Amino acid sequence: MSDTNTAAADNSGPAIAITGMHKWYGDFHVLKDINLTVERGERIVICGPSGSGKSTMIRCINRLEEHQKGSINVSGIELTNDVKNIDTIRREVGMVFQHFNLFPHLTVLQNCTLAPIWVRKMPKAEAEEIAMKYLTRVKIPEQAGKFPGQLSGGQQQRVAIARSLCMNPDIMLFDEPTSALDPEMIKEVLDVMVDLAKEGMTMLCVTHEMGFAKQVADRVIFMDEGEIIEQNEPNEFFDNPQSDRTKLFLSQILGH
Amino acid sequence: MSKAFVRTEFHPDLPPPASESGPIAWLRHNLFSTWYNSLATFFVLYLAWLVIPPVLDWALFSAVWEANNYKECKAGGTGACWGMIDKRFDLFMYGFYKAEDHWRPNLAIIVFIIAMLPVLFDKLPGRRMCAMFLILGYPAFTVALIRGPIEMSSFNSTMGIALWVVAFVAAAYWGHHNAKKFNAVQSGIGYAIAYIILFIVFIAWGMGLTPTETDTYGGLMLTVMLAGVGIAVALPLGILLALGRRANSMPIVQMLCIGFIEIVRSVPLISVLFMAQFMLPLFMPEGIKFDNVMRALVGFSLFAAAYMAEVVRGGLQAIPKGQFEAADSLGLNFYLNMRLIVLPQALKIVIPGIVSTFIGLFKDTSLVSIIALADLLLVAKQSYTDSNWLGLEHTAYVFIAIIYFCICFSMSRYSMYLEQKLHTGHKR
Ligand SMILES: Nc1ncnc2c1ncn2[C@@H]1O[C@H](COP(=O)(O)OP(=O)(O)OP(=O)(O)O)[C@@H](O)[C@H]1O
Ligand SMILES: [Mg+2]
Repeated sequence: MSDTNTAAADNSGPAIAITGMHKWYGDFHVLKDINLTVERGERIVICGPSGSGKSTMIRCINRLEEHQKGSINVSGIELTNDVKNIDTIRREVGMVFQHFNLFPHLTVLQNCTLAPIWVRKMPKAEAEEIAMKYLTRVKIPEQAGKFPGQLSGGQQQRVAIARSLCMNPDIMLFDEPTSALDPEMIKEVLDVMVDLAKEGMTMLCVTHEMGFAKQVADRVIFMDEGEIIEQNEPNEFFDNPQSDRTKLFLSQILGH
Repeated sequence: MSKAFVRTEFHPDLPPPASESGPIAWLRHNLFSTWYNSLATFFVLYLAWLVIPPVLDWALFSAVWEANNYKECKAGGTGACWGMIDKRFDLFMYGFYKAEDHWRPNLAIIVFIIAMLPVLFDKLPGRRMCAMFLILGYPAFTVALIRGPIEMSSFNSTMGIALWVVAFVAAAYWGHHNAKKFNAVQSGIGYAIAYIILFIVFIAWGMGLTPTETDTYGGLMLTVMLAGVGIAVALPLGILLALGRRANSMPIVQMLCIGFIEIVRSVPLISVLFMAQFMLPLFMPEGIKFDNVMRALVGFSLFAAAYMAEVVRGGLQAIPKGQFEAADSLGLNFYLNMRLIVLPQALKIVIPGIVSTFIGLFKDTSLVSIIALADLLLVAKQSYTDSNWLGLEHTAYVFIAIIYFCICFSMSRYSMYLEQKLHTGHKR
């Protein structure tokens, strides 16, 4: 592919810069004046009540949802309707979903090698080598030949993380990666995410796992009704919340 | 004694008790488990006793295996007159296709079966090559083989030939040029045009065989030709129509697809065939001669494609939104997403529907007898109205019913095998 076809990623500026971003679903104003800058290597946890627009916001970052006003810059590339920009950004940004969304008709290994082979045009042997490396990192290399339907939820989510990592992304987005899991499986997924954070990956994570937030987050963001209400470094955020809505929310999730 | 209990040894696996295995147990479990089950079993046995002996008698014991006309049949026995099938076998198979040319359809079907085996059963080697041959080479090969050279006036003049050559070179070059620049759509169109030109040249040449007349085609050969082409066109075209119908971002394409599907589906196949018969010639440029078989093929394929589109759409709708999102988030473009993620899953879900459509299509070929094509059904009818073989309709219809059944049943069994093979463990 010639270089005129791809927008070049700029690695010097912030990883993500969102300014004055609004989004509507029909008449419904879901996201209101979102401003957020994420530095390289920064780990951000986003929390807030159900329906507050957390998923919608992080899905705007890789254009699974389209915003209508304001701008989103990822690695210096502005997200517009330009398909080439969208493709470039999607290659730089990995995403892990609440319900894993593995491809059920492919084996674990094929799930991991699919995008490197077809999108990055990597030779199959090399893609498999990289896939095995990441499957080992998430501690399930022995499951490579199985189909997703044969794994437990925690294992499936770790495969999903490995699948994203195989594209060698600069930024990882997590949308409630543990909320569909049983308690004993939550830890195995969180462990993988903690490892990833230690290696300096830029991470945006929607989660209500406050232990995880305290352990790895550089910043916690609280959203409600489509707005960013409060952001702070985790200890301050949990011990000394400023807004009433934040206090109410924290009392509800920490209360039981 | 204390109430706590800890097992210290493992219990060995024992064979099941005799009452739980073996034929007696099977009978008791499946046929005589309750009094109404036993009643049903006896009722079915009684029915079988009523039906099977006369059927066997008619088909085998009282059947006539050698006969030259219906009188010999009547004299020889009260059962089926297989002698007629024997005498008229070529008609049932090939219609009025010339006897000295029978090797041509035979060769076509043998090549088809050999090339199809590795595609159907993935344990055999050479699957990719065979599939390529079936898609790219086989259609031209079969048309040339069965039809022979097709007269095309443009190949008679130097001017015409030069035009064909220029068109081919231009299309191939354009395809190649765009392929180097990774313009998938443009290069695809270029190569497709070049391929079509090659195809036309090949069937015009006809491998140097003697030409045949399409109105001599008949019997099983015609039935298989109609069904085969119908299936080969319906599946890819149906997939395109289904994708088009869901393409919300391209409203014009979407409207055309919906229009086509709904119009074709709401008219009876017979009227599609009649329409192909009388209306196609109106749209065709002067000078292109369309024969009856060709028209039936076009009508048939379009009809089947509309049904196939709806079957495929059902499968597309069953794919959860998360699959599209995961594919998008990995940077797969629309084409890769469809080819690698969505269609493999969607088509797998609708295998039973696809095969039902194929089976329906195969049987619907019998409707072409209405536009005077001598397919298997019409040949059967002609048999018992022939003055030599009057009144043998039972034999004729049972014979073709057996043929229809064998072919349709194999398709159905293959679909079950395929479903089992593609089953990848528990559902999400
Ligand atoms: N496709 C859609 N069309 C219309 N409204 C939508 C759509 N998707 C989400 N919404 C609405 O947008 C709001 C924000 O949804 P979003 O999924 O971002 O919430 P969330 O903060 O992720 O909630 P949760 O914690 O339950 O996942 C909700 O009120 C939801 O009903
Ligand atoms: Mg959500």
